[in-house]
Amino acid sequence: MKRQDYSGVVVTAPVSVPYVRYSRETAHWWIARALKQVLAAAGLKPRDLDGFSVSSFTLFPDTPVGLTQHLGLSPRWLDSIPMGGASGVVALRRAARAVQAGDVDVVACIAGDANRIDSFRQLLSSFSRFAMDASYPYGSGGPNASFALIADAYMAEYGVTREDFGRIAVAQRANALNYPNAIMTSPLTLEQYLAARPISEPFGLYDCVMPCAGAEGFLVMREDEAQARGLAFARISATIERHNAFPEDPVQLRGGWAVDVDELYEMAGCGPGDIDLLQTYDDYPVISMMQFEDLGFCAKGEGARFVRDHDLTIAGDFPHNTSGGQLSAGQAGAAGGYLGLVEAIRQVTGQAGPTQVTSARTAMVSGFGMINYDRGLCSSAAIITGDGR
Amino acid sequence: MTDALIDLARALGDGSVEVVDLTHTLDPDFPVIVLPPEFGQCARFRMEEVSAYDGRGPAWKWHNISMNEHTGTHFDAPIHWVSGKDVANGAVDEIDPSVFVGPVVVIDCSEGAATDDDFELTPEIIHAWEARHGVIPADSWVLMRTDWSKRRGAAYLNMRDDGPHSPGPTPAAIELLLARDIRGFGTETVGTDAGQGTHYSPPYPAHYLLHGAGKFGLQCLRNLDKLPPTGAMLVAPPLKIKGGTGSPLRVLALVPARTAEGERP
Amino acid sequence: MTGALPPPKKKNPQLRQVVPTLPPQMRSRAALGLTAAAARGAFLLQHCAECGAVQYPPRDACSACLSVELDWRETSRDGRVIAETRIHASPDPYYRERLPWRTGLVQLTAGPTVLCHLHGDIGRGDAVRMDLKLDKAGQGVMIALPATRSADMADDGQLRALTAHPKHRRVLITDIRSPVTRPLIEGLFRAGAAQIFVGESESWRRGSDHAAIAALDRVSVLPLDVSDAASVSRLAAEIGGKTDILINTARHVRPGGVLGADTVFAREEFEINALGLMRLAQAFGPAMASRTADGVNSSVAFVNLLSVHALSADPHYGAFSASQAAALSISQTLRAEFRASGLRMINVFAGPTDDEWHQPLPPPKVPAAALARSVVEALCEGLEEVFCGDVARDLEARWRSDPKVLERELSGGGA
Repeated sequence: MKRQDYSGVVVTAPVSVPYVRYSRETAHWWIARALKQVLAAAGLKPRDLDGFSVSSFTLFPDTPVGLTQHLGLSPRWLDSIPMGGASGVVALRRAARAVQAGDVDVVACIAGDANRIDSFRQLLSSFSRFAMDASYPYGSGGPNASFALIADAYMAEYGVTREDFGRIAVAQRANALNYPNAIMTSPLTLEQYLAARPISEPFGLYDCVMPCAGAEGFLVMREDEAQARGLAFARISATIERHNAFPEDPVQLRGGWAVDVDELYEMAGCGPGDIDLLQTYDDYPVISMMQFEDLGFCAKGEGARFVRDHDLTIAGDFPHNTSGGQLSAGQAGAAGGYLGLVEAIRQVTGQAGPTQVTSARTAMVSGFGMINYDRGLCSSAAIITGDGR
Repeated sequence: MTDALIDLARALGDGSVEVVDLTHTLDPDFPVIVLPPEFGQCARFRMEEVSAYDGRGPAWKWHNISMNEHTGTHFDAPIHWVSGKDVANGAVDEIDPSVFVGPVVVIDCSEGAATDDDFELTPEIIHAWEARHGVIPADSWVLMRTDWSKRRGAAYLNMRDDGPHSPGPTPAAIELLLARDIRGFGTETVGTDAGQGTHYSPPYPAHYLLHGAGKFGLQCLRNLDKLPPTGAMLVAPPLKIKGGTGSPLRVLALVPARTAEGERP
Repeated sequence: MTGALPPPKKKNPQLRQVVPTLPPQMRSRAALGLTAAAARGAFLLQHCAECGAVQYPPRDACSACLSVELDWRETSRDGRVIAETRIHASPDPYYRERLPWRTGLVQLTAGPTVLCHLHGDIGRGDAVRMDLKLDKAGQGVMIALPATRSADMADDGQLRALTAHPKHRRVLITDIRSPVTRPLIEGLFRAGAAQIFVGESESWRRGSDHAAIAALDRVSVLPLDVSDAASVSRLAAEIGGKTDILINTARHVRPGGVLGADTVFAREEFEINALGLMRLAQAFGPAMASRTADGVNSSVAFVNLLSVHALSADPHYGAFSASQAAALSISQTLRAEFRASGLRMINVFAGPTDDEWHQPLPPPKVPAAALARSVVEALCEGLEEVFCGDVARDLEARWRSDPKVLERELSGGGA
């Protein structure tokens, strides 16, 4: 059956709460700050909000239900998206359908996480049952070690070098220097990337994100509602979501996008050549490279050549992760799954400021999340369009 | 107080009577008699701390101890042996306490035992001793000195493939001592019988004959070289164990002090 | 190829001893199946009873057909390394002080991909033999080993962390009179042990191999009476700080049931077999537990020799069986108490041994040399439970199958 389009629904009010490396503040605190800003943008009071979608790893022992009382909300529609790096797109596509069906008028989608000293270790050791049983006890390298294994197999399979990954990281750092909220504020050269201390071979320091605290958010509402409130908005052309794709692959050399990408373009009525900018989920450059392939920008195994042949900076021929991505802006837990989408909304609505890509109208955002054992299980992607004011 | 006790107290006070300790220290590593392994065995002395000024008892230290009745320096009651099982008042708690203090004579066999591990106390030796010191008085303890108590470790039991080898009395010697109507017989070795005493007839004559006659035994004694052949007093009261066949005990001898020349009066 | 591990230098007394830490130790209930297999050296994975699909990581339902009937079965250990990494950064205190650490992905011929520790001799592309071993936290973990054995293979650092290998270690064997002691000394030296202390109680008794054993190079015979707390403490004060492996061979056994036997023998059996273990653990345990991270010759294991009738009584050896059951129970508590240190408690179970106290029993009986081999193997492989000999293995299998049926058979009710 042909999927229904998202006509009449828009996404608006992109908000990024500046990240900090370590913070004593709680996820509740970070989520409240993002929520206050998105509501302020739309002129809404907390009690007027009727839809709320939350992504966070560090709310424990609370759930979004507890947050409603904590934050004084009284929504008729409540969602919890525990999908890590896939959370932003998934929150968007669920909220959009609820708004479209009339179950809710306005949904505030918020992701935020705390980062106390040692909380990352605690998060890793109990991230999932399979991680607890079958990956964390093996060197306790966390996702760095697990993705290093994927990178090792990927490099061997497709003849990719560290320089190829380095090009992605270096371009993102160049972008981040234009993004005022980025945690990383100094330039990065390919030489520095290659000479960085090893973290988990083949990964060095600049293959890895910096865990930090922060929050991101946006609103989903009907187009007429956005217009009435005078909000700049983006339309949703297409979305996809997939979990545990290709379980028979002995090691993850492709993600779930490869299952659903044709449907994504078909629903959007466009192709890879129509995308003005791409925001991938960059927990590691190798995963961004995999997304270039699996989202159809190049053939499988051609990712390395693709990054050699393109300029991935804001002013380049293939603007990618324009706010620096998690590699340079930082990874604020589940907010990392919102970073690209929030930046993409800013871009296609002409609000990106120093990172603005000229005449950006069509953006693709992809998400990837939850390394349960040996691979990331969730993949998602969306194409959004704006009038690029 | 009678004059005799006043005199004794004065003698103990001025050193003209000395107290000699004939007892080995109770120690888990002190040998006990070894029987063929299928028989029940004599338990060694064992001690476990109950508290030592700590959480188990903040201001005091004490131990639980356990052992066989025949562990360390010990007393044999008549009911210890099958021949004495029907002796009246033959258990340690029934014995008339007056017999726990009394005269003692020492027969020195140390020279012979030094060269012969199986040295025997014979009637001839007893007769020779009596020729020098007079007939063994009735109702006195007779101790066989061998200096065996100076041996350590495996040399004490002196176990070989054919069993232990240590000095002891012949059946005839015991018969002679019974004829003298002694109170009891004591040794420095692990038993009152010779190591090879099982090969006599009757086997273990000291145990068999003495206890059958209601006499007592003392073993694992030491310091017998500090006792005169005659003239000393033995103090050997076993613990009052109900139905007990023997008991570890502290054995003391009251001994006239040596003269300046080293001779006893 | 792994080079031979050199003997450790003398310790620098000015440096603080490394405090024991453990790798991550929490596991789901299903994953404890790996621990149970590793404890006895088996390589078991879950197999779906309905469709046969092999599962990993352990789980509660088949990922092919959703059946919840998953059986732990022997599985092929063959596989190939498809990815490798060398970890240089970890937030975990145990691994932080052991970096870098190598792990890899191995595709098993049985199907699943296993994330595992990598032996130093192998890398991506290599055919490997998988093993399940207990790590310092006492949990079963996967390690990929070279498909063919090599001379110094056991010296690999990551493998050695999963075993209790005697190489360069100092061993206390508690009873010189045990028939196992002599072959054990020989086996331990063959495995590379540095020094062996042998305990001797009641040195005034005969029957000790004292002179022959004391004359051996790198062997010291020392007074030790496991029935005497003071004796055990004295020896612990002397060598407790350099006892890396303790093997308790002290044992008292007398035939007889319960009705006809007296409590004197039973008490002696409990004194030596159960309370003796307790005294040894109390005196030597704390020092050993503090030295489990102390370099090449760190303390590593406490080995207990038990009768397999610890599991189910042999009515002809009633009190002895009871003392063995008590010792087994004590060893389980000790295992829990040693857990925080990573000190391994190994139980080696045997059927009737070929000695004077089992003389009337028909064969097969366990020769002392076979028991010694099992002990050394348990150390070299890092096992927690070993059943030595056909009788012990048979009895264990019957016990696992149905303890009540076994009890009835042992009391003569089976045809």
